[in-house]
Amino acid sequence: MIDRIQELQGEAESAIAGVGSSAELEELRVRFLGRKAELPQLLRGVAALPVEQRGAVGKAANQARQALEAQIQARTDELSAGELQQRLLADRIDVTLPGAPPQPIGRLHVLSATRRELEDIFLGLGFTVMEGPEIETVHYNFDALNHSPTHPARARTDTFYVEDDTDLVLRTHTSPMQVRAMEAHPPPLYVVIPGRVYRRDLDATHTPQFHQIEGLAVDEDITLADLKGTLLSFARAVFGDERDVRLRPHFFPFTEPSVEVDVSCFHCSGKGFLKDGSRCYLCKGEGWLEVLGAGEVDPNVYACVPTTDANAPGYDPEKIQGFAWGLGVERIAMLKHGIPDLRLYYENDLRFLEQFA
Amino acid sequence: MKVPLPWLREYCDPPLDVHAIEERLTMTGTKVEAIHHHGVPATDGFVVGHVLSAEQHPDADRLKVCMVDVGASDENGDATPATIVCGAPNVAAGQTVAVARPGAVMPDGTKLKQAKLRGVVSEGMILSESELEINSGPPAPEGIMVLDGQMLDAELAPGTPLAEVLAISTDVLELEITPNRPDCLGVYGVARELHAATGAPLADAPWSEDPGSVGLVSGAEVILEVPELCPRFTARVFENVTIAPSPPWLKARLTAAGQRPINNVVDITNYAMLLTGQPLHAFDLDRVAGARLTVRRAHDSEQVQTLDGQTRTLDSEMLVIEDADGPTSIAGLMGGARSEVAPDTKRVLMEVANWHGPNIHRSSWVLALRSEASSRFEKGLQPEQCLHAQAVATQLMIDLCGATVSPGTIDVGLKSADAIAAHAQIGLREARVQAILGLPVTSERQAEILGALDFATEPREGGLAVTVPALRRDDVTREIDLIEEIARIDGVERLPATLPARRGAAGKLSHAQRVRRAAEDAMVGRGLHEIVGWSFTDPELLDRLLLGADHDLRRVVALENPLSDTQSIMRPTLLGSLLDAARHNIARNDPDVAIFESGTVYRAHVAGHTSDLPADEHHALGVLLSGGLEPRAWRGERREADFFAAKGLLGALLERFRLDWSVRAAAWSFLHPGRSAAVEVVAADGSALAGANGNEASVRLGFIGELHPLVASAWDLPRAAAFAIDLGKLAGVTSPIVEFTAFGPFPPLRQDLAVILPEAVTAAEVLATVRAAAGKTLEDVQVFDVYTGAQVGEGRRSLALALSFRVLDRTLTDEDIGPIRGKIVAALAELGGELRG
Repeated sequence: MIDRIQELQGEAESAIAGVGSSAELEELRVRFLGRKAELPQLLRGVAALPVEQRGAVGKAANQARQALEAQIQARTDELSAGELQQRLLADRIDVTLPGAPPQPIGRLHVLSATRRELEDIFLGLGFTVMEGPEIETVHYNFDALNHSPTHPARARTDTFYVEDDTDLVLRTHTSPMQVRAMEAHPPPLYVVIPGRVYRRDLDATHTPQFHQIEGLAVDEDITLADLKGTLLSFARAVFGDERDVRLRPHFFPFTEPSVEVDVSCFHCSGKGFLKDGSRCYLCKGEGWLEVLGAGEVDPNVYACVPTTDANAPGYDPEKIQGFAWGLGVERIAMLKHGIPDLRLYYENDLRFLEQFA
Repeated sequence: MKVPLPWLREYCDPPLDVHAIEERLTMTGTKVEAIHHHGVPATDGFVVGHVLSAEQHPDADRLKVCMVDVGASDENGDATPATIVCGAPNVAAGQTVAVARPGAVMPDGTKLKQAKLRGVVSEGMILSESELEINSGPPAPEGIMVLDGQMLDAELAPGTPLAEVLAISTDVLELEITPNRPDCLGVYGVARELHAATGAPLADAPWSEDPGSVGLVSGAEVILEVPELCPRFTARVFENVTIAPSPPWLKARLTAAGQRPINNVVDITNYAMLLTGQPLHAFDLDRVAGARLTVRRAHDSEQVQTLDGQTRTLDSEMLVIEDADGPTSIAGLMGGARSEVAPDTKRVLMEVANWHGPNIHRSSWVLALRSEASSRFEKGLQPEQCLHAQAVATQLMIDLCGATVSPGTIDVGLKSADAIAAHAQIGLREARVQAILGLPVTSERQAEILGALDFATEPREGGLAVTVPALRRDDVTREIDLIEEIARIDGVERLPATLPARRGAAGKLSHAQRVRRAAEDAMVGRGLHEIVGWSFTDPELLDRLLLGADHDLRRVVALENPLSDTQSIMRPTLLGSLLDAARHNIARNDPDVAIFESGTVYRAHVAGHTSDLPADEHHALGVLLSGGLEPRAWRGERREADFFAAKGLLGALLERFRLDWSVRAAAWSFLHPGRSAAVEVVAADGSALAGANGNEASVRLGFIGELHPLVASAWDLPRAAAFAIDLGKLAGVTSPIVEFTAFGPFPPLRQDLAVILPEAVTAAEVLATVRAAAGKTLEDVQVFDVYTGAQVGEGRRSLALALSFRVLDRTLTDEDIGPIRGKIVAALAELGGELRG
């Protein structure tokens, strides 16, 4: 009897091992373990056996049944996992089709993105961002900035005037906000002023509107060396850690001393020529790129700031000093991205807009 | 300004090459914009030659075969002349000429070779002035340049390198002279800068010896009617003048400096101007009717024919110089043809005047007439410079024209020799220099720098007393101006890089700036591209937007001097920029456009305004959608740009700021009258525009709608939708600080409700009614379906509402909601609604 049990178990085990699908396995289960199968019947017949055989046969049959059940279960899991995998593999899509619905990608205009980048750099250096009017009085745009009454920039050739009001111009720089900021706040004052400005020029290198970021720092002891340090931090943040700056003496009516500021060329690392020996197209072989004008605020500008409750104790040129700069956002973006023509900024062609930010 | 380097070196000659000189000038405030090369690239192969013979070429009528001694000799020391074939009509035996030998490289880069010309081998070329770029005009008809009798200093032995005789290979510095430095508009002024920048010695001023004299002049007279616009007018009389071409050395200098040689007298005026910075004008005194010049204002519409043959119409702000027959020149700008120096001129009146700079600037602009003279006068020259130029010109008139100078100098005006201003003295504190620069400069060094720049200094307690030279009196008036002089010569270049103390500085964006950025980012995040438009626009925009005559947007700021009529007003709305950009891109790129602009719009103030700013400016955000909202896709329908697409975007923007917002049907002339609305919000607690005592304040932010079809078609657009809001007001209605709102652990109870209502009842009314009826238990209600059709009846529609109820302290059940739902249904019934199904 026990031999028969072992024989059945062996027969079943090899059948289970050889089975190829869950349906076949179910057939086997019925064949070996179903109600009418031999092994369960053997188990049910144990009671009819002689007492001395009952224990051994019952135990052997039970063990055989349990072993077969476990094997069938294991084989079931095995087969169904494989069959799921088969089904999933058959359920195949073209993963290269586009996402649906397509999500359009928007972008900031490169001038906005650049302006924000510069604002953030100066925010990190402790400057507050202020803004001011674009339609400005002659007083703030010229007079208070130490432009002589006959300064050529005041001419109708250079500056837009508002019709029927000879006292109003489109501001030619963000500098009028220097005086407005000082009128509104006492020193120390650390501000940057981004904004749109206007000059009567139109060619490949001039558009009648463009964007500047003014900087103004006024305190008891701010030197030209502090200007250099501040602009060095700015230049490295924008153009890379390896950059250097140089200050060149220049002239502006509202700063004294005045300088133009150059950044070492990031395209040729300031060498003026490229690895193949050709002249660097970006800096035209100079090794330096002009980025902005700056200087120590002219004492005559402080003299145009009345002392009021809002800015007490006011701006006494013998007690306070500081620097100012004006940089062109278009110029920075042009240098950074290699944009060849200023007019592209205002054409708003999507093939341009899609390239940046 | 163009300065030929050899000319500069005549007055200051540092042991530096051209690039080192460029660097020193640039780093001390005289920026070298470019270095040009004038003449031949290298001087090798260019020699002085002596024409021994010039015989007719056997096979060519127009060629001559010349034997030219070029200094070469054989081993016995006998001269071995070169055979040169020459086509110039004026070549002749006995001439001293300039020769290019085989191997020499011409200005255009051609390398000269031995060549056979009609069977005769030519060993080089006899040169004309234009071949050497000594003369910029057309080739002289006389042909080759003859060097005999040209007063060249060097010994003209055959074989002498030509470069020792003439400047045939010249570096030319192109300088940017800043407007405060008219003293540097002449070569000698630049030489002084180079002297200060390098320490190399400075030669005496070329006007330090004047062969002329002061005092009264007989035979000519000047009447000055406008002393306020002509501070000084000087003139000298020259007799026995011989008009001839200038010698090659002078032509070479003028040409290298960008001036075209004319004749010796005109060339002298240009040369003296380039050297001193002071323009001159030569009259043929015999052609000055009455030998008297009057300087006066022009009459309105007065016409003058200038040297260039053009007739110019003047106004009364311009000055003319006239003789007994009428105007001969426009003062400071250009001479007249009538009194011009001519080949037969014998007597010259040399005018050197000082004009009011701004007046010249204006005249030059109004007449669109710019000259080397006007560009100098308009910067403001000093009256002393008149006699500088007279001295230089007088010497050259004697040397080059064989002229004799009549005694005396006509000298009239408020700033004539008798009345020139005294030199100012300024105190300079030694410590102040370091305080401004952040770098110490000793008082000794300060004095040395100022001395090099022609300032006189003497020590005094704590610093220097400084006397300003005449040519700098307009530019240097204060201590800070002296500090700049020191800084630019020895300071700026050595500055350390330090950071300011930044006391109390905390960099931050304002609330309005942060709101603006967040609004822009919201649009970018929804797939829109930002554009940047022009602030200027066309007045016709207002008509194309169908604005009524008294529409608010017609209160524009107009420009007095626009670049063109189509850019003559400041934009009162962003719509024009958006429509222009949409049309551009639809025509070139893609029919689908989703763009926004964040920028300023401008209006004139209304009467009686209280603003302290010059105009009504605000920062707006405008959005324009046209075509499909997303690319065409392989799955699903794509949405088109209509009112509700724009409203969805508007919601994404306003809900970004957690605002309680709504739209109210309203008309704008440029929008579809049935598909347009005003955008309104309730100001948040704590915001700038919140009502007093916490009362709710409704604020109108802008408009939303589909464009009027006539407006869209004016820009060749199909259907398009847009909105624009005032970002300043948006910042005003949002609170800078958001306070926490508590929420509980219990899930919401959701129910749907469909109600059939008359079509005239708006969704907003329905939602407001539901909210009011339900009370605080209602967390949210949305319209999620709209149905019209036979089932609901004519003039009616069905709205399906998704309701969400929640309380903080427990999970709600349908039984809890029953009474509330009853109230909602009752309230809807009052609107004419009945539950569906």
